[in-house]
Amino acid sequence: MEQSRNEQEEIMGRTLAEKVWEQHVVRRVDGEPDLLYIDLHLIHEVTSPQAFDGLRLAGRKVRRPDLTIATEDHNVPTVLGPIADPVSKTQVETLRKNAAEFGIRLHPMGDAGQGVVHIIGPQFGLTQPGMTIVCGDSHTSTHGAFGGIAFGIGTSEVEHVLATQTLPAYRPKTMAIEVSGELPVGVTAKDLILAIIAKIGTGGGQGYIVEYRGEAVRKLSMEGRMTVCNMSIEAGARAGLIAPDETTFAYLKGRPHAPSGELWDQAVEYWKSLRTDDDAVFDKVVEIDASTLTPYVTWGTNPGQGLPLGASVPDPASFADPIERSAAERALEYMGLSAGTPLRDVEVDTVFVGSCTNGRIEDLRSAAEILRGRQVKTRTLIVPGSMLVKLQAEQEGLHEVFKAAGAEWREAGCSMCLGMNPDTLQPGERSASTSNRNFEGRQGKGGRTHLVSPQVAAATAVTGRLTAPADL
Amino acid sequence: MDAFITHTGTAVPLRRSNVDTDQIIPAVWLKQVSRTGFEKGLFSAWREDPGFVLNDPAYQGASILVSGPDFGTGSSREHAVWALQQYGFRVVIAARFGDIFRNNSTKMGLLPVVLPGEKVEALQAAVEADPSLPVTVDLEGREVRWADEAVGFEIDDYTRWRLMEGLDDIGLTLRHADDVAAYENERQPWLPTTV
Repeated sequence: MEQSRNEQEEIMGRTLAEKVWEQHVVRRVDGEPDLLYIDLHLIHEVTSPQAFDGLRLAGRKVRRPDLTIATEDHNVPTVLGPIADPVSKTQVETLRKNAAEFGIRLHPMGDAGQGVVHIIGPQFGLTQPGMTIVCGDSHTSTHGAFGGIAFGIGTSEVEHVLATQTLPAYRPKTMAIEVSGELPVGVTAKDLILAIIAKIGTGGGQGYIVEYRGEAVRKLSMEGRMTVCNMSIEAGARAGLIAPDETTFAYLKGRPHAPSGELWDQAVEYWKSLRTDDDAVFDKVVEIDASTLTPYVTWGTNPGQGLPLGASVPDPASFADPIERSAAERALEYMGLSAGTPLRDVEVDTVFVGSCTNGRIEDLRSAAEILRGRQVKTRTLIVPGSMLVKLQAEQEGLHEVFKAAGAEWREAGCSMCLGMNPDTLQPGERSASTSNRNFEGRQGKGGRTHLVSPQVAAATAVTGRLTAPADL
Repeated sequence: MDAFITHTGTAVPLRRSNVDTDQIIPAVWLKQVSRTGFEKGLFSAWREDPGFVLNDPAYQGASILVSGPDFGTGSSREHAVWALQQYGFRVVIAARFGDIFRNNSTKMGLLPVVLPGEKVEALQAAVEADPSLPVTVDLEGREVRWADEAVGFEIDDYTRWRLMEGLDDIGLTLRHADDVAAYENERQPWLPTTV
């Protein structure tokens, strides 16, 4: 990570990110990265096999299997039955073998605790304020919603954490994103983060830990906070976080791995100290007024290429920067869009509601609210982020709403967020997707992706065109 | 990993921005459980276009990739680094890199070099004018040289030292196992375990 020390940090107040970081420094020597302790390591089948191989080759063990948890998510089919693709099957079986060999708790396909890696940590109460959490997955930033430092790592670092439960890292700079005002009715956490990424760009957060602050952020549910922090990486920031408060504590209380009794009281007392001091100074501050936002949608092939749904496809010539102009030209060509077309006129073939960004119960509830009593015009996949989310949705009868509307109700997994499992777009197909990346080919080779909120996804399924619920 | 001190080779200009790791290696290639064979997946969707720069015979054998800004954004997949290395790249030059990609590169000995945008474009233009132009990336001297240009770049001392020695990070950390054990004894009592 980028090296940056606030020279005045000894005398000034500290930001939340600095407090959490300092609490985890195992060793600090001038001219070297800090050695940082990792409180929780999440594992999945895609980025771990080569790390376990590395351990075996070097004769090393997993230092803290009790701080490690694994799940199967990226490759799994979301219809019942075995994995048909032999290569995917081998990868999942390799995780099972590694988890057994090294003594790591695993939630395999079919298990009641299985789900997308970033959904299961919070749902078990394993994700808590003030922790350091890593995973070989860039959307690990999700867990920062609880007020910890959580970031994605590569396979070499996965191996490093397995072997040592630490990582050498330079503390990133700090950025505050101050969100004033209130989100208007019908505007969601997803629209907020898409608007932030459109404002600061895909490189805007590079080298920073972002703290999301302000009235609109405080009013978000934990699910909404997770959606915002989840997409920090789409703005280039490896980690994003939100100070814990009563909303956080209420979400955690009573979860299987949350503290209880006297330890709960001790923990809450400490968690309340996890806020940025009033006199702390951020390296960068970005301001955004939530009250001016409307539903957002991406039109291009990176998450920064987003606009309000009421806008039209932009003209590449309108970009002053030549690099942005050529990126826009290329994006329109790939997306099969013409400048000036109202985004509301863009027709889609597929709607996907799910992923670590929007696969939680609140997301499913809001999609169901729109689909209740209506019919979908497109192929519509509703994929719960975990088996527990699925169970809860079924207890609430949401699955009946989806099925009655003509949508497909699936098993838990990463599904159409990325083209590693059977849920993909065909070349030229277009989706409205609640996931996090509209990269070329992300949802299947040649597929075209528009990132949206669950509400916009559901309304789009009803009309077959990009649509806000208010348009219905 | 192999030590990196200085490298001279030819370069290939990639005039695109936001080259995310899904483009560097599409997800379908990530299903393998070995560390080898990823060169076939490098830019596999883009390489289907005969006009893509990596298909230009003039740039065959290039070992330095010179890209537009925000190279390696997106997914944390280290497979992107493996694919670049196994294809034959030793260096990627860009004005900005995704943080995770840059970190993964330095763990594997693929050198990510940040140059100012106008210098990246100057280098791209020079290579387009003469694809056989030798380009030297001098980690020891923190400098990229081509023709009569010499442009400095920044890299922290520790990472530079580790790359120049080709050192295994895990081995370095295990020297401090006592510090880790001492820290573990002081952790807050409410912190969760997965058991």
